[in-house]
Amino acid sequence: MKNIKYLVVGIFFGIVFVKAEIISWFRIQEMFQLTSFHMYGVIGTAVVVGMISVFLIKKFNIKTFSGEAITFEDKKFNKGQIIGGLIFGVGWAITGACPGPLFAQIGSGFGVVSITLLSAIAGTWVYGKVSHKIGPENE
Amino acid sequence: MYKSAISESSIFAVVRIHYFYSEIIRTILIMMELIKQPWHWLAGGIMVGLTVPALLLLGNKKFGISSSLRDICAMCIPADIPFFKYDWKKKVWNLFFVAGILIGGFIANRFLQNPNDMVIAQKTQAILFQYGVKDFTGLMPADIFSWHNLFTLKGFIFFVAGGFLVGFGTRYAGGCTSGHSIMGLSNLQWPSLVATMAFMAGGFISANFLLPVIFKLIQ
Repeated sequence: MKNIKYLVVGIFFGIVFVKAEIISWFRIQEMFQLTSFHMYGVIGTAVVVGMISVFLIKKFNIKTFSGEAITFEDKKFNKGQIIGGLIFGVGWAITGACPGPLFAQIGSGFGVVSITLLSAIAGTWVYGKVSHKIGPENE
Repeated sequence: MYKSAISESSIFAVVRIHYFYSEIIRTILIMMELIKQPWHWLAGGIMVGLTVPALLLLGNKKFGISSSLRDICAMCIPADIPFFKYDWKKKVWNLFFVAGILIGGFIANRFLQNPNDMVIAQKTQAILFQYGVKDFTGLMPADIFSWHNLFTLKGFIFFVAGGFLVGFGTRYAGGCTSGHSIMGLSNLQWPSLVATMAFMAGGFISANFLLPVIFKLIQ
């Protein structure tokens, strides 16, 4: 199965999520109450490491391990990034989780977060249902 | 005499090998103790950042977790909605990735758990205590994230409403912290910077103005 490697990266990533306490509701509250540098440090460092990686991949035209070209697409601006972004932000502080940590929270023993995940899936579904009215396709 | 010389040196060899292995085991145990401690933000940030090149190099995949929620919809409940009519099988790697995150969470909690209580900023503890949060030992407040709160107003707000906003908002924004704030900013996309600022603004409003009201409601 060619997808197993992504499972392995996911496992590694899930461990990082828990051990760096990124999945903690408390850390998210600290971030938004500006009482700790932790989450800013994590996200800021991650962005710098990601930026350097993308820069090097582009600069040296690095291919995937199987020799495929690595491609990048530009993101188009639309009002969803502001309105949707604000809505997500409100939910982020309530649940203490963005979509990634939801999975790690469930795995690390907070089973009730599976309800949060189901509700997030429902939210995505409802967005899909109304996207032709409010989404970028409508503009 | 020759014989005894051999046995003597072989005893030394055995002792040396034994010492060598016990050193390795000792090193592993020390490392395990180190891994069990909460990681510094620099270590965590580097590891999260490395996910970007890891996925790109493994198969030209873009780091973005909220897409998996859309794929789950497309797979399970497409309901003839155009937004979910696409070939989700091509993006099935993302479902393996999030399944991995869940397993990773399990492993970290089961085998690498921090033996000490969580260290939370005093100021935040004081504020949350006023709100009625009493348990500060774990990664999540047990007074909120427990099954027995499921059918209460508290559960409805923190699980159902909160989750809905996360799912609806990320899709409307076209990505979440991973897709916009990390992958998008890594690729210098200004719409991702706008999205990230909106995430933070929403979070500030929610944590400082909305949560106090919510906690008052549920008390």
